[in-house]
Amino acid sequence: MELLASLGDGFAVALTWQNLGLALMGCFLGTIMGALPGLGPSNGVAILIPLAFTLGLGATPSLILLTSVYYGAMYGGRISSILLNIPGDEPAMMTCLDGYPMARNGRAGEALALSGVASFVGAFFATWGLVMLAPQLVKVALLFGPAEYFALFALAFMTLGGVSSTNQAKSAFAAALGLGLAMVGVDTQTGVPRFTFGEVHLYDGIDFLVAIVGLFALSEVFIFLEHRGTDKDASTAPKLNIGRITPSWKVLKSCTPTMLRTTVLGFIAGVLPGAGASLGSFISYSMEKKLVDREGTFGTGDPRGVAAPEAGNNAAAGGALVPMLALGVPGSGTTAVLLAVLLSLNITPGPLLFTQNPDVVWGLIAALFIGNVMLLAMNIPMVGLFVRVLMVPPRILMPIVAMVSFVGIYGISGSSFDLMVMIAFGVAGWVLRKLDVPLVPVILGTLLGNAMEVNMRRAVTIADGDYSVLFGSWLTLALWAVAIIGFVLPIFVGGVVKARMRGAAQREAAITD
Amino acid sequence: MSDRIFGGIGLMLALLYIWRATIIPDSFMSDAVGPRAFPYGIAAVMALSSIWFLFKPDPEPEWPRAGRLAEIGLAALVMIAYAQLLPELGFVIATAFAAAYLTWRLGSSPLQSVLIGVGTSLGIYAIFHLVLGLSLARGPLGF
Repeated sequence: MELLASLGDGFAVALTWQNLGLALMGCFLGTIMGALPGLGPSNGVAILIPLAFTLGLGATPSLILLTSVYYGAMYGGRISSILLNIPGDEPAMMTCLDGYPMARNGRAGEALALSGVASFVGAFFATWGLVMLAPQLVKVALLFGPAEYFALFALAFMTLGGVSSTNQAKSAFAAALGLGLAMVGVDTQTGVPRFTFGEVHLYDGIDFLVAIVGLFALSEVFIFLEHRGTDKDASTAPKLNIGRITPSWKVLKSCTPTMLRTTVLGFIAGVLPGAGASLGSFISYSMEKKLVDREGTFGTGDPRGVAAPEAGNNAAAGGALVPMLALGVPGSGTTAVLLAVLLSLNITPGPLLFTQNPDVVWGLIAALFIGNVMLLAMNIPMVGLFVRVLMVPPRILMPIVAMVSFVGIYGISGSSFDLMVMIAFGVAGWVLRKLDVPLVPVILGTLLGNAMEVNMRRAVTIADGDYSVLFGSWLTLALWAVAIIGFVLPIFVGGVVKARMRGAAQREAAITD
Repeated sequence: MSDRIFGGIGLMLALLYIWRATIIPDSFMSDAVGPRAFPYGIAAVMALSSIWFLFKPDPEPEWPRAGRLAEIGLAALVMIAYAQLLPELGFVIATAFAAAYLTWRLGSSPLQSVLIGVGTSLGIYAIFHLVLGLSLARGPLGF
């Protein structure tokens, strides 16, 4: 009952005209960003963060805007999967498999509507899961001391490569790179400058927002410059007839068990570190194919094959918020970006967030429910509008993305130096992506580096310089054990899963989920 | 081969990092760990993974041909010029040029590029500055 009371308070926070307006705007922009190939949830949120700050929005309104974008992008990704056979973002990859064939059979509108409903079901129940699970996790997290937090951060980095990672060494390198960048600036504990090369601009450290926008948004512009006019260019797909945009009851009914099963599966995948929405939709699709595909219709336009990955990835999106809010340790790219928002607003996520800023947490959760209803309402009747937005060719879109990135970063600091750093990150992001080095650990490293170091130093200082305290309690040992398993396991099974995910989708899409 | 080069660069980066860490000055305040220990750990992870790339490189990625590589380099240069000239020229002019260049390189015809560049610039100016009240760089002409 306590939960419901908190949730009620949350609705009181979220139900102001300003917050409703922001949620609406966020859902709309998010759906567009998810739908456009090349702009996924992480870049979408990244581009809008500076905007939220320069508009002077408070903590709760900013978060409402940005998480609405996050949920919206998860909805939007399916649109281009179904219509163009190009996933709008990586989690929507699996939706191509049955969505596009359905569209080819003249059932595009039905596929869009059905996937909208599936997205709603997934996100709705996952948000309930968040309400139930996050406070429980908080109780565990309150037992954590500095040593446990250090182990938890290590766990986050070691599992981030995830089950789908091909090369754990590259994930490790990326994490070290990010952590290394976080060290730049004046040391908070002793006040000495580190790795600044005497550059005054670097004394404050590298702003992680600059790093995020550079790595995610600008590197995407370079990728488009590289692939212009080749078969990876999105603008040459044939046009399709939409058809009716409501699913029949028969189809909905036949898909209901599928949606419910995959929601549970997706939610679990989202909560677990290193899995995320892409894996959520992949597992969901594979499981449903094994369970219900008796006539071999999956892959030829089976509605259940559309419902499964969509419910799965939206549920995973909700699940991924659990560790981010309760522990302050995100498990995916987009939640890492949302963590950046919290940190920039001087809000420390983690167990104390629930006691110190209950209005932020519950307002956010209420906004997720509201946003979800808005998204369902928006995505079924208005799907035609989003389809038209898809017709904007990348040659017009990408310069806008680049310029909005510049506007946002310049708006925060007003310094050309930050813009130069952002460009450097953009180029570095392009090179790293070419080399198959994941970008999310880099971001997470720059975000969490200082907190990780502070916890380590605090733990060791309390123990009078005894480093064994980092492995000193059963809780730390358990965390280290999970971390090591999470790091080693993908070395044996990672190649297989990744190859299957790749083989399933025709095109490798945006960077993260 | 790319991975080996990458490993070499990574290893040099790690060594550079260790060197820069050793010269972090001591401070009158100190804790039991000090400001150098954590960076050493990071550099160790970086060095180990770089050595891994040297011995077990992944298959070669698909690098673009020289022309495309130059394309990316030029775009980066244009962005750098944009970052430097933004405070001098003001938002609208600088952005129109940069957006026109980018859309031209992404395949618009020259005339279209000019129109798209100006349109993008004015559109962003209208939405972000006039509607949302964001302060953008002011040039000599006041916009």
